[in-house]
Amino acid sequence: MTEQPPPRGLREGARAGLPYAGASGVLALSFGVVATDAGFPALAAVVMSAVVFAGSAQFAAVAILTAGGGVGAAVGAAALMSSRFVPMGFALGPSLCGSRLQRALEGQAVVDSSWAMAARGDGGFDRLYLFGHTGVQYLAWVLGTVAGVVSPSLDARALGLDAVFPAFFLAILANELRDRRRLGVAGAGAALALLLVPVTPPGVPVLVASAVALVGLRRS
Amino acid sequence: MSGGVVAVVVLCAMTTVVLKGIGPFAAGSRELPAPAVRVVVLLAPALLAALVVTNALADGDRLRLGADTAGALAAALLLWRKAHVLVVVLVAAGVTAGLRAVGVG
Repeated sequence: MTEQPPPRGLREGARAGLPYAGASGVLALSFGVVATDAGFPALAAVVMSAVVFAGSAQFAAVAILTAGGGVGAAVGAAALMSSRFVPMGFALGPSLCGSRLQRALEGQAVVDSSWAMAARGDGGFDRLYLFGHTGVQYLAWVLGTVAGVVSPSLDARALGLDAVFPAFFLAILANELRDRRRLGVAGAGAALALLLVPVTPPGVPVLVASAVALVGLRRS
Repeated sequence: MSGGVVAVVVLCAMTTVVLKGIGPFAAGSRELPAPAVRVVVLLAPALLAALVVTNALADGDRLRLGADTAGALAAALLLWRKAHVLVVVLVAAGVTAGLRAVGVG
């Protein structure tokens, strides 16, 4: 057995999170614009970013409302988008501290990039690093939304801001592809998600694609 | 609209809190067994790859190639060349915007 490296701390997480925070800010700006276009009052869009703090869920909910869907459909789509946080939370749980309730509270600090980068590679996560990484991203997410709602004349589509989202996730994914097994799982997850897109509601393809990780039950 | 917006914001906040909290709550302090650890390690690439392709290639329940698909491809190329994440997202937006400006996608 090799010796465990020391856990990475809050400051390190915040520093590593800065570039992702920058990208998050651009994404949040486009959320502010899109939500305002969809008829959200400026304050509601900012409050949504502050209390929901889940980009894919927020975009999904707004898209459903824009398409004429009701409250239930919008919330359901957002919940499906965020359903990936359930398996992610199970994985993170043992690395958090305190009672079950406190762990559930600490688990609110998960976003995709902080979760992926706080992973130590041995199944454990660096807790403070996660908080630092998410913290800077939270600030950027809220401030970016404020910037978006005060500049509603921006055309998010014409500026290509919808490409920020896949590019952002691709950047997080790029850090992950460290061996052939992970590369294979990523390829299979992508393929499965694409197959499901035409036949399931948005959000479901991503949730089901996570099942590909079950190949890990077998030793490599 | 406004009452609906408030309901959507409140309900989305509540569901997100539950979805993010339920895993840590249920897992508690139990150490994961080795096979579960291997699954956890593979969870990130599976989820992230699915998020990338659904965002770059899907529009609701339809698959389509658009200017943003080209933007995502440009991002992939830059990441392969080890570019900074902020550069990557800005170029992705720039390529997409440029293609739309000339009427592609």
